Amino acid sequence: MKSKGINAGAEAIVAKGWIGAHKWLILRRLSQLSILALFILSPWFAKLTEIWLIKGNLASSLTLNTIPLTDPYVLLQSIVAGQSPISTGFIGALIVACFYFVVGGRVYCSWVCPINIVTDIAAWLRAKLKIKGGVVMTRNSRYWILAFTLLLSFITGTLAWELINPVSIVFRGLVFGIGLAWGMILAIFLLDFAVSRRAWCGHLCPVGAFYSLLGHKPLIRVDAYQREKCDDCMDCFLVCPEQQIIKQPLKGAAKGISSVITSSQCTNCGRCIDVCAEDVFRFQSYIKKLR
Amino acid sequence: MDKSRRKFLAESVKTASAVSLAALGLGLYARQSKAMLPAQAIRPPGALDEADFLGACVRCGLCVRDCPYDTLHLAELGSAIATGTPYFVARQTPCEMCEDIPCVVACPTGALNHQLTHIDDARMGLAVVIDKEGCIAFQGLRCEVCYNVCPVRDKAITLDTRHNRRTGMHAYQVPVVHSDACTGCGKCEEACILEGESAIKVIPSHLAKSGGSPHYRLGWKEKQRAGGSLVSPDAKHRFNLPEGMDYDYSGKGLIKKGEKKIGDSERQEDSPFSSNPLDTLNRKGGL
Repeated sequence: MKSKGINAGAEAIVAKGWIGAHKWLILRRLSQLSILALFILSPWFAKLTEIWLIKGNLASSLTLNTIPLTDPYVLLQSIVAGQSPISTGFIGALIVACFYFVVGGRVYCSWVCPINIVTDIAAWLRAKLKIKGGVVMTRNSRYWILAFTLLLSFITGTLAWELINPVSIVFRGLVFGIGLAWGMILAIFLLDFAVSRRAWCGHLCPVGAFYSLLGHKPLIRVDAYQREKCDDCMDCFLVCPEQQIIKQPLKGAAKGISSVITSSQCTNCGRCIDVCAEDVFRFQSYIKKLR
Repeated sequence: MDKSRRKFLAESVKTASAVSLAALGLGLYARQSKAMLPAQAIRPPGALDEADFLGACVRCGLCVRDCPYDTLHLAELGSAIATGTPYFVARQTPCEMCEDIPCVVACPTGALNHQLTHIDDARMGLAVVIDKEGCIAFQGLRCEVCYNVCPVRDKAITLDTRHNRRTGMHAYQVPVVHSDACTGCGKCEEACILEGESAIKVIPSHLAKSGGSPHYRLGWKEKQRAGGSLVSPDAKHRFNLPEGMDYDYSGKGLIKKGEKKIGDSERQEDSPFSSNPLDTLNRKGGL
């Protein structure tokens, strides 16, 4: 059982085939990389056709020269710093906020954020090399950090977190020119690989903390709808970036706890669905139930 | 229960302390970032004051994308400019001062002030003839390149004719920048014919411009404002003359009241000077 970390999902590959056991992972990588590629390639495309698919970066962008999208966390920092954003930025932030309110805030983390690819690789390598232990920190650290970033923005009148935010710096670096942002990628990798498991996304990142608060009651959730079929292989637990959220929905049948993963920390990454050979999990939409 | 609460409190204190420690470092860096913009990095037109700009700019790069001349860049991590913020370096690529100001229109937050609708009103910085030893106009050569490339021609930069004392018979035509018209676009800095650094440079306005001398009154300006001389014409009584005495400006000096003054016939006003300057030069005696 202990050595499971090396190849969690082995049974799932046998049962569902490699693609079947990596379906959501592949879709997530496609989503992350195509968003990045769209931003990188749009200027070239615009040079050829004079049509701008999307410009800007995750902080604020303009799609097809009409739809503004703004990161509500970045805009919040600006407001706290004492600036009043004009309508374009505000509308953009509203659209983004509404979207994540529906699909789940931390969908940003697993489907959009480029750093997630780095931390996923670090976690995977850590499991492969059976690296255990490390610095212990509480998962609530991110909320403290979130609070302090806003406090600092207020005190200094700057977008304090944006000066060192690896999420925006790496994404911007890849789109506009990398500079020393490579160092940031390396630092995050080493942190997650050597210092502590899932240190960045699971404990420290205030961006994820913000989004978890923004969309804490999403309409799309993972449901352990066949939890009675669970054979305690622990695969889902091993791959989950927020391990603490699985246990209760999966094992709480006797206590009458719902099988739906309701934690706002769930990133809807769907990796548990992938690695489960018994098909215990599935995505569940609550959009219809609202009507 | 009590135990778990105590554990929770202890954990919270630990986390809060660790985060505060990191926050102190970040706070210091954030405060520093306000002062670290290098002089050669110029913000796009309409940019708020640096302190406000760093709170308003979300580092999205939309201004960079909409600049038709690829003038603007986003600061990369590791440069001295606050990371991700837009700037340009005039010596490399100056602002072309587009009439529709697309960079300002693109800004989603107002970090580039949307009230700037006329590019001539932009104040990205102020050009300063900074190396007068290098500038060839100050050697007496004809250059005038900065004067000729200036988009606010003959207003932001004028040529001042000065006497060349070395030859005694030639003139210098030296560039003089006027802050009421200079937009800080940097065309002059780019065009300067000198090798390496330019003799004329756009630097932040607050560094380039003094507070002036409000306690001095410049007579010629006061006169212009008042529409006429403030002194001589209406200064009728300039001497406390002894009783029964008068004063002849044109040479006689103190005279008895009623005695004929020399200049009486020629003088129109109360001015001590004749309308013909030769009279003043040729006359004898004191004023």
